[in-house]
Amino acid sequence: MKTFNYHSAKDVKEASKLASSNSAFLAGGMTTIPSMKLGLASYKDIIDIKRIKKLSGIKVSGKTVTIGATTKHSEVASSKDIKKAIPSLAALAEGIGDPQVRNRGTIGGSIANNDPAADYPSACIALNATIHTNNRSIDAEKFFRGMFETCLKSTEVIEAIEFSIPEKSSYQKLPNPASRYAIIGVYVAKHKTGINVGVTGAKSCVYNDKDLAGALTKNFSSSAIDGVKISSSEMNSDIHASSDYRANMVKAFAKKAVDAC
Amino acid sequence: MASLVGSRVERKEDKRFLTGKGRYTSDINIANQTYAIFIRSPHARAKIKKIDTSKALKSSGVVDILTGEHIAQDKIGGLIAGWAIRSEDGSEMKCPANPPLAKDSVNFVGDPVAVVFAETLDEARAAAELVKIDYKVLKAVSNLGEAMNSEAIHDGIDKNLCYDWLLGDRQKVKEAFEKADKIIKLDINNNRLIPNAMEPRACVIDYNTASEEITCYTTSQNPHLSRLIMSAFGGVAPENKLRVVAPDVGGGFGSKINLYNEEIVCSWASKKIERPIKWVAERTESFLTDTHGRDHITHAELAVTNDGKFLGFKNETIANLGAYARVFGTVTPTYLFGPCATGVYIMPAAYSNVKAVYTNTAPVDAYRGAGRPEATYTIERIVDKAAMELGMDPIEIRMKNFPTEFPFKQTLVHQIDSGDYVAGLNKAKEMADYDGFAARKKESESKGKLRGIGVTSYFEACGIAPSPVVMMLGCGVGLWESAEVRFNPTGQVTVYTGSHSHGQSHQTTFAQIAADELGVPIENIDVVHGDTDKGTFGMGTYGSRSLTVGGIAIVNACKKIVNKGKRIAAKMLEASPDEVDFKNGEFVVAKSNKKKTIGEVAFASYLPGVRDEVKSPLPEGDEPGLIESSFFDPANFSFPAGSHICEVEIDPETGRVKLDKYTAVDDFGTIVNPLIVEGQVHGGLAQGIGQALYENAEYDDSGQLITASYMDYTMPRADDLPDFNLGFTCTKATTNPLGVKGCGEAGTIAATPTVMNAVINALGGKEISLPATAEKVWKACKEMKKSNAKVA
Repeated sequence: MKTFNYHSAKDVKEASKLASSNSAFLAGGMTTIPSMKLGLASYKDIIDIKRIKKLSGIKVSGKTVTIGATTKHSEVASSKDIKKAIPSLAALAEGIGDPQVRNRGTIGGSIANNDPAADYPSACIALNATIHTNNRSIDAEKFFRGMFETCLKSTEVIEAIEFSIPEKSSYQKLPNPASRYAIIGVYVAKHKTGINVGVTGAKSCVYNDKDLAGALTKNFSSSAIDGVKISSSEMNSDIHASSDYRANMVKAFAKKAVDAC
Repeated sequence: MASLVGSRVERKEDKRFLTGKGRYTSDINIANQTYAIFIRSPHARAKIKKIDTSKALKSSGVVDILTGEHIAQDKIGGLIAGWAIRSEDGSEMKCPANPPLAKDSVNFVGDPVAVVFAETLDEARAAAELVKIDYKVLKAVSNLGEAMNSEAIHDGIDKNLCYDWLLGDRQKVKEAFEKADKIIKLDINNNRLIPNAMEPRACVIDYNTASEEITCYTTSQNPHLSRLIMSAFGGVAPENKLRVVAPDVGGGFGSKINLYNEEIVCSWASKKIERPIKWVAERTESFLTDTHGRDHITHAELAVTNDGKFLGFKNETIANLGAYARVFGTVTPTYLFGPCATGVYIMPAAYSNVKAVYTNTAPVDAYRGAGRPEATYTIERIVDKAAMELGMDPIEIRMKNFPTEFPFKQTLVHQIDSGDYVAGLNKAKEMADYDGFAARKKESESKGKLRGIGVTSYFEACGIAPSPVVMMLGCGVGLWESAEVRFNPTGQVTVYTGSHSHGQSHQTTFAQIAADELGVPIENIDVVHGDTDKGTFGMGTYGSRSLTVGGIAIVNACKKIVNKGKRIAAKMLEASPDEVDFKNGEFVVAKSNKKKTIGEVAFASYLPGVRDEVKSPLPEGDEPGLIESSFFDPANFSFPAGSHICEVEIDPETGRVKLDKYTAVDDFGTIVNPLIVEGQVHGGLAQGIGQALYENAEYDDSGQLITASYMDYTMPRADDLPDFNLGFTCTKATTNPLGVKGCGEAGTIAATPTVMNAVINALGGKEISLPATAEKVWKACKEMKKSNAKVA
């Protein structure tokens, strides 16, 4: 690991001020620290935002669930309020990594990193999330831009993620057996306003599968998915899963998700 | 006093391990130590054109930077293959030189080229980045199947072939096959594994400038053997100026048998720079440079009669040695593999032919089970295939070919002293509720799932020792084991064993044995190992040999103590030694109430004088003290055996395999501590299941290891495994006084074929390669559906 300056920010304003194109915000550090240790990333400044109290916490209203950026996966997984409002979201958090990761990793870190195989981005898509930062509110569909890429500016701090509570929903995932990231994760959510199918792990970036959503809008049952053709051309391919397998698994896990709704 | 052998004594080791008080190599720090960083080849195959250390040498905190040139100048020797294997045509095997730092060429990604010593680890790392190495990159040979048709990696080693070895009789096999009703053919792989010991390799070297002695603290399964190799082949220092200490070691699984480049280099360099040196592998270095395991391609054929009798067996295997031949590298795919390939069966004719080849990958060596898992996988998979093709039950075909009389002369090498394979399989069948499988299969099918059952019967040749045999087969050393039992004057006992514990629990098991032999409370017995300065010699721990060889040396040393104690007690009690009996820690004169405890006798043995009432208790000719040693060399290997049965449930929509039930019935002879033995079986099963379903080391065409982290290399985890249902049968070994056979490797040997037989059973006989990953299984399910549709 290369040497760097460590800052512990007392509030969001200070964190943002310290930030530059050569800095990283540190919350759980579940990706940042291993990347630095392996020499895959190095920064001049590390800005620790864990001590900013306002960034952590869970609020549930009639229509939305709002989760502070530095709220840990284990807190989401065990939150009674979330289990009641959006049980599939608590279940998603329960399935991230392992207990050590869930006790350190944060929701803000996960979506800011936008790993193509991370779980939370699919929830953001499926649950019409709004990402609140220190200077704007961004729709999830616009937030995720590509592999490890978001629309965040380097001085921008995620403060909270606001999810719409759906009528019903389910997240089903085929975990990578080694890392337990998603080889495929499909998040199906049925809102009054429409149906979303957030898919992670399949392509270079999370996406809302409009074909699946369309089929489910006509008929919300797993049999409706049988007729949908999913092309493997943009799918990821690696030693754990070929693009063809991934394409088929998007369907298989979408069906599982609908059945579990 | 009740016997401790056979009881579930809690481990003496647990307290320190569970409270974080273990003392591992990287816990050791020597004042004024420097830190080593090895610079490794990023290429699988290349010539080294030039190494420029000038800029790095000026970097902050750098003490020295050494390369292969310095190694050559100081005439430091390289790493060796411990077994010389001859080809079928009588020619000697071909091994390349393996210098501790590469000088002219590198042959796998991770091959060390240079080493930086600096005041801090960060400074060493920073300087390492400044060392400039010009390589001429060559085309790598990374594919095992193509290695013999590829360019030679090492000068003078044609076809990359180390040897083309044969065990058995081709003519007899040919004749047997001519008589067969049916020939079953099977092409399989045995996937490459990375051992992944929890503790990465490390060494701390302390050179004493006054005594000129080098002390090497290291993560070794066999410190005396490391010292021998480092001295005799490395030429680092004479053996009496070398001390090798392997303190607590966090797992080895075979990967810590070898003496590695880093230990030789740091030991040699410590003397050169006159500073202590510390080196600890990073996890990536472990993935790249620890010896890997398995990696075979096999074509097997089994000749059978229509009623399922075996007539003959052929085993044609290509084994990957990696870039260099290491200590057990050449014997693992030959004598540890070939003889066991006929399994637990009467096999009238058989041969094993193995071509061992070099590739530009990490060296492959012994990994838990070493050769025997590969052999068992081969025979147990083809036996299942035979059962299927003949329409027989997998248990029936096995029963039909088991030997029922012991000793049993196994086809290729071994004379198996004892066993009862029928009893083991019957017990497993009952414990696994084999007969209830059909109902469970139906239930799975009603949920849209596939269910399969798998059976394996195995034996293993372990307790790796008999020196006359192993030396005849090509081993460069004798594989006896030593022990020393020391009574202190005040009655406690220190037992030194030459074998090493890196998870095996010697401190408990061996104390139980000594406590029984000497009648001393177990609390008063300490088992010491792992330090060449504390004990006479030792051959170390591998091949399930600690108890069957090392444990017996302890028994024999204890017996010598008791014999001397009898003579001393007789003198003290004014009787003849013949009249003295030893029982429960007391020497008793027959038909009298005269007795002395072994503690009193030990005390007296150290006071051979006359004072008041105390008169010299030492009989004439006996020396003072009560310390005895023994070197035990058994007459034969030991032969644990057993039968395992498991069930898997497959989701055909995704290909995910759920291991639902696992039953293991093993015959380890006498069991000293059931608690520890069960733990050994559990760990072995996890690794065997890991090979079947999860683990796989993969190189790409350029020789880069693409599974070099836990993001891509799948280790089995607790939630992947069911509760294990364990049972035991017992036929005692006849070749040692305890009747023990060894238990460390059984789980890894049996589990892989058991799980794969179950998966393939669920897939209706459709073959898939190891490991059975979700995608492979999903594809097989899809094809199965297609062919079922055609039939319908």
